[in-house]
Amino acid sequence: MTAPRLASGRPMSDLVLPDRIETAMYTDPDIFTAEMERIFSKTWVWVAHASEVPNPGDFVSSFVGLQPVIVTRDRKGRLHVLVNRCRHRGATVCERRQGNATSLVCPYHGWGYAQDGSLRGVPYVEGYTGDFDKSSLGLKALRVEEYQGLVFASLNPEVETLSDYLGHTKLWIDLFMKQGAGYPVKTSGEHRFRFPGNWKIQLENTTDAYHFPIVHRPFIESLDKQAEETFTFLGREGFVEDLGNGHSVMVMIPELIDLEANLDAPIPDRFLPLANELAKTHPPQEVRRIVRAVGGTGFNVNIFPNAACSMAFFRILRPISVRETEVRHIAIGMEGGPAAANRARLRLHEHFQGPMGFGSPDDVEAWQRVQRGVQGGPDLPLMVNRGLGLESSSVNHLPKGGVSAETGMRAAYQMWKRMMSA
Amino acid sequence: MTAMTVSISNSAISLDEAITLIWTEADLLDRRDYESWLALWTREGHYVIPVDPDARDHVDTLNYAYDDADMRRMRVDRLVGGHAISSTPAARSVRILSRFRLMEAGPAHCVVHCAQHLVEYKFERQRLYAADVTYRLTRSDADLKLDEKVVRLINAGDALGSLSYLL
Ligand code: FES
Ligand SMILES: [Fe+2]
Repeated sequence: MTAPRLASGRPMSDLVLPDRIETAMYTDPDIFTAEMERIFSKTWVWVAHASEVPNPGDFVSSFVGLQPVIVTRDRKGRLHVLVNRCRHRGATVCERRQGNATSLVCPYHGWGYAQDGSLRGVPYVEGYTGDFDKSSLGLKALRVEEYQGLVFASLNPEVETLSDYLGHTKLWIDLFMKQGAGYPVKTSGEHRFRFPGNWKIQLENTTDAYHFPIVHRPFIESLDKQAEETFTFLGREGFVEDLGNGHSVMVMIPELIDLEANLDAPIPDRFLPLANELAKTHPPQEVRRIVRAVGGTGFNVNIFPNAACSMAFFRILRPISVRETEVRHIAIGMEGGPAAANRARLRLHEHFQGPMGFGSPDDVEAWQRVQRGVQGGPDLPLMVNRGLGLESSSVNHLPKGGVSAETGMRAAYQMWKRMMSA
Repeated sequence: MTAMTVSISNSAISLDEAITLIWTEADLLDRRDYESWLALWTREGHYVIPVDPDARDHVDTLNYAYDDADMRRMRVDRLVGGHAISSTPAARSVRILSRFRLMEAGPAHCVVHCAQHLVEYKFERQRLYAADVTYRLTRSDADLKLDEKVVRLINAGDALGSLSYLL
């Protein structure tokens, strides 16, 4: 495979420089097509959380790039990720978002597939010759691996192990999962929205603390003084680290890196009603641990190209076209945890996220302004140089910048460049 | 006069009375008169927009909005505050509520099902939102008040655009 080129003949990878990217990155349909091949069909892509398919026969619909897939759990409890396309003449075999079924039956001519994708039943099979080989006509299966309940799939049979790919993010994912407070982390509903803009605008945003006090002023104003203080993190000790492979972590609230450290710190006022409720049934130290977990972590782990463990929820992006992106904000809870705590988590999620949240709609407005804005001055670059020259070296010997540095964006774009040069 | 009051409060809330309040609310929301809207509510009332239109247990499932009195107040402050870029300027809306059915009626409360079609307009784009709405209204003193409003968008589970007003 030769590296993709623009219509002008220039290699696409030239559009990324260390401190800036060119506008065509957001607007050129050829680049989008190449990204689907070189990135979304080559590396690991987040498809589900294991708690969405807890039992044998459970399935959930998802996407790998533009391709619709079904994530299933078979009778033996193993996960499969299957392209949602009948091997006969191409109909989708599943249009439900989530459910449980012993088999997937194509509605067109009735070919039936087991949860592992193998073709089981073909109506009137005598219409084929004796050498008709059912074993070669199973649903197309992707590579699938899981880390801490995060299920990733890859269309690339040669892809490295998920563990190698996630690399330095694993430590941060482990820390993120402490918000289960000892209970397994489960998904508990989601808000989905689309915006008329390129997927990389959202990719950047999860490592962008710079916008927070501006765009999210109305959210900050809706909080009490103490919480307002917590969310005022610009110019403080937070940081952004390049974690390799395009991944990064942005720490906004350093006190909330390890949710189990310093549990004796006072409980913030806004969590006192919950703490009092939990105290009726839980010992004091457990109350502190659960309350701390309910508030979520103080960081975002950006996992290239489509996932993030973002403070207290999962953020998943799905490219639809060069100018359209779908974003899912998946709420999380504690499986079997106290109802009052899970309820509090839902209310916190609703407060910021979703089409009526106090945060997300303003993010969406900013992102679509970017897409509209870059119609002007196509010759002008987009600057991602904030913090460049002020960075230090992290424990992983990778760039580490201040909380509002664009270090995470540079990490993602260097990975983009690498994959688009291959 | 006293006898009159007693006789009103002893009779079941009529559909006409309910519709009058529901249409008043609709008009206030389309005119973005949010302060007057807040005054229509009981102190304990909840304004709910579920993500799953089939959900019945709203407190323990994810919603777009699950607003008690404090949250309604905060939401109104956000919408009129002028700092939220998504709601400044606000979208315009025109809504029609119809297909009313009185599901329960007593002297102190009633439950009404109805349909809502809302057209939103902003920046040269119109969007249509259809919803089943359930109202629980209660009579306190002489006034009828909103005690619960659940707006079930028919496409609630899909990817939605930002809502910079109230459904
Ligand atoms: S297309 Fe699926 S059975 Fe024919
Ligand atoms: Fe944001």
